[in-house]
Amino acid sequence: MLKRALWLFNKDLTSELRTRYAINALAMFIVVTISVILFAIGEEKISTALAAGLLWVVIFFSAMSGLSRAFVSEEERGTNIILQLIASPTVVLTGKLFYNLILVFAMNMVILVLYSALFDSFVLKNVFIFFFSFVLGNSGLAFASTIIASIIAKANSKGTLYPVLSFPILLPLLLMLVEITKRCADGVAFEEISPEFFALISYNVVMATASYMLFDFIWKE
Amino acid sequence: MIKLELKNLTKTFERRVIFRNVNLDWEAPGLFGVAGPNGSGKSTLVKVITGLISPSSGDVKLSVGGKTYHPATAIDHFGFAAPYLVLYDEFTAKENLELSMKIRGLQLDEKYMDELLEHFSLIKRKNDLVRAYSSGMKQRLKIIFAFIHNPALVILDEPTANLDAEGKEKVYLLARKVAKEKIVIFATNEEEELRMCKEVVKILDHKPAERAA
Repeated sequence: MLKRALWLFNKDLTSELRTRYAINALAMFIVVTISVILFAIGEEKISTALAAGLLWVVIFFSAMSGLSRAFVSEEERGTNIILQLIASPTVVLTGKLFYNLILVFAMNMVILVLYSALFDSFVLKNVFIFFFSFVLGNSGLAFASTIIASIIAKANSKGTLYPVLSFPILLPLLLMLVEITKRCADGVAFEEISPEFFALISYNVVMATASYMLFDFIWKE
Repeated sequence: MIKLELKNLTKTFERRVIFRNVNLDWEAPGLFGVAGPNGSGKSTLVKVITGLISPSSGDVKLSVGGKTYHPATAIDHFGFAAPYLVLYDEFTAKENLELSMKIRGLQLDEKYMDELLEHFSLIKRKNDLVRAYSSGMKQRLKIIFAFIHNPALVILDEPTANLDAEGKEKVYLLARKVAKEKIVIFATNEEEELRMCKEVVKILDHKPAERAA
């Protein structure tokens, strides 16, 4: 099963590199959003807490602009029938998850590097804990956005439905991540943020389980 | 032994009945047909058989070598081609076929692939992107896609759509050859194609009536 899913991931990655469906949209969105925030702040000195919050706002909206492509492009082009003929729902979901994981990690690494370079007030004192929460946050984002993308791909108004459906599902994740990032900037010890950290792990487990349980029903017409 | 069984298969969309209580029992070898006027539900029936859509009630069973499969578990035993099937146009013909095999978890028989490409006069264009293909060439490639993994059951919905006389003849040749060992189904209204079939099921007024061709 894993090997089949990896071939599907390989297909999606090659297709993305050839068509640039998501990469261009994501790159533009990241540049535009960070520029707008920079212009809006101007010479103002913003607090670390605000900088941490803005980081996840940029990540959330960038994810909204690119992560739905995994399923939407298949549906729009009509290639979803081919996928249904050659792969089981589990293989499709796993392959798409791999693809969104890579995309979300790449996208968020670029955002993080740009953000750290351009915002003086974004300084992390506890980089080690931030790194682990960043990894868990990215995987949670990938799990949630993949299953939401598979749902909205079947709808007529995909553009509006994606952020509307994503917001309530991603809100708990974003709140935890903002809190952890703020605490990491303050340099707190792991013991103090362990509840948020374990909640992040639980969020990932719940999203992964729910995705695999629901996908069969979503994928088949 | 290859056998396709449909038992009391019914499909409705909301209150509209597409077909009701379709019963079939087709055994290999043979070429079979599904006929009916436009909008009668031929394509819906073949989509239900391949598992692309679920039936409202009834059962589809495919037996291959003593094992019984339902559409959800029979992916590797089905081959399917239709005009509404869309191949990945950012990949070449060869890449499309290779990917379909790898994602299925099967080993690609390059010799067989080249034979099929040669048969459909696509061998010289196998490394061209599918987006550069004409609609007739795409249809030929879809037919190859249906046969490439050597499935027990091949379903061709409007198999000769967009094809010229030469292309049609090539589809008939291949279908007849494969149907000597396996099950091939044509969902069509073309009299020429229905005449080749051992048995045809006609979908009329939402009630199927079987007849021998």
